[in-house]
Amino acid sequence: MIGIGHYVVVSAIMFVLGVLGIFLNRKNVIIILMAIELILLSVNLNLVAFSAYLHDLVGQIFAMFVLTVAAGEAAIGLAILVIYFRGRGTIAVDDVNRMKG
Amino acid sequence: MIQAFAFYLFATLMIVSGAVTILARNPVHSVLWLILAFFNAAGLMVLAGAEFIAMLLIIVYVGAVAVLFLFVVMMLDIDFAELRAGFIRNAPLGVILAVVLFVELFVGILVRSAGDMAIGTAGAATAVPAGLSNTAAIGALLYTRYLFVFEAAGFILLVAMIGAIVLTHRQRSGVRGQNIAKQIARRPEEATINLQPEVGKGVSL
Repeated sequence: MIGIGHYVVVSAIMFVLGVLGIFLNRKNVIIILMAIELILLSVNLNLVAFSAYLHDLVGQIFAMFVLTVAAGEAAIGLAILVIYFRGRGTIAVDDVNRMKG
Repeated sequence: MIQAFAFYLFATLMIVSGAVTILARNPVHSVLWLILAFFNAAGLMVLAGAEFIAMLLIIVYVGAVAVLFLFVVMMLDIDFAELRAGFIRNAPLGVILAVVLFVELFVGILVRSAGDMAIGTAGAATAVPAGLSNTAAIGALLYTRYLFVFEAAGFILLVAMIGAIVLTHRQRSGVRGQNIAKQIARRPEEATINLQPEVGKGVSL
């Protein structure tokens, strides 16, 4: 019988894979953005699973807003990536220090 | 039985494709595996009874976000081998961190399943109504109780769209564009002349 525990374990594994992806591909910002998408996907799965478990629709509505923010974040992130590539000719982000921050 | 089979199929495929997403050498393959992960997550959500979010996931993530990734990966001319240089060097720290994170999450899940904590129950206003489809129930809640939050989400998308356009737009010099106002302001009298030249003389303008 599949319960809430199964869903939570699967989404925990996906979350950890996303964090691992950020650490493994520290230079490649495209893969980093994809890893962030994986993390947001696991959060969404968790929200939906708990929404079904508690018979409460707020989880699904909140998952929709997470989806919205993820889409906006991907668009802005890729736009920044494109102008960064235009200026530097590479997307290696491990030595981004333009703003001397 | 069939539910358990479907769940384990979707979950296994999703975890495998998520792992290949972060490990693949070629970012194009990464994007394609990411799409597979999204599809399997949508399958899991359908199993949980959330059809609307599942379809939204496929339309928004696969149809828009993943294709956007694909465009950017293919548009930029990048030496991907050079970007993988720190892969092995970063691996130990990343794996340690991932293991710690997973153990923490897993312990939390174990502790929770040992004794049922009363985290919360459905509020009366947001409980799943009987006799309504998932999409209808979400719509009934979204357009009444969460209307302003919904508008704010739309505004976020608008800001993201304008931001992306402003960031990537560039004014190139030396390009002859179309001047629509000038085109419309043109009248036939000043644009054309009516002549009847003699045979063999030609026209001088």
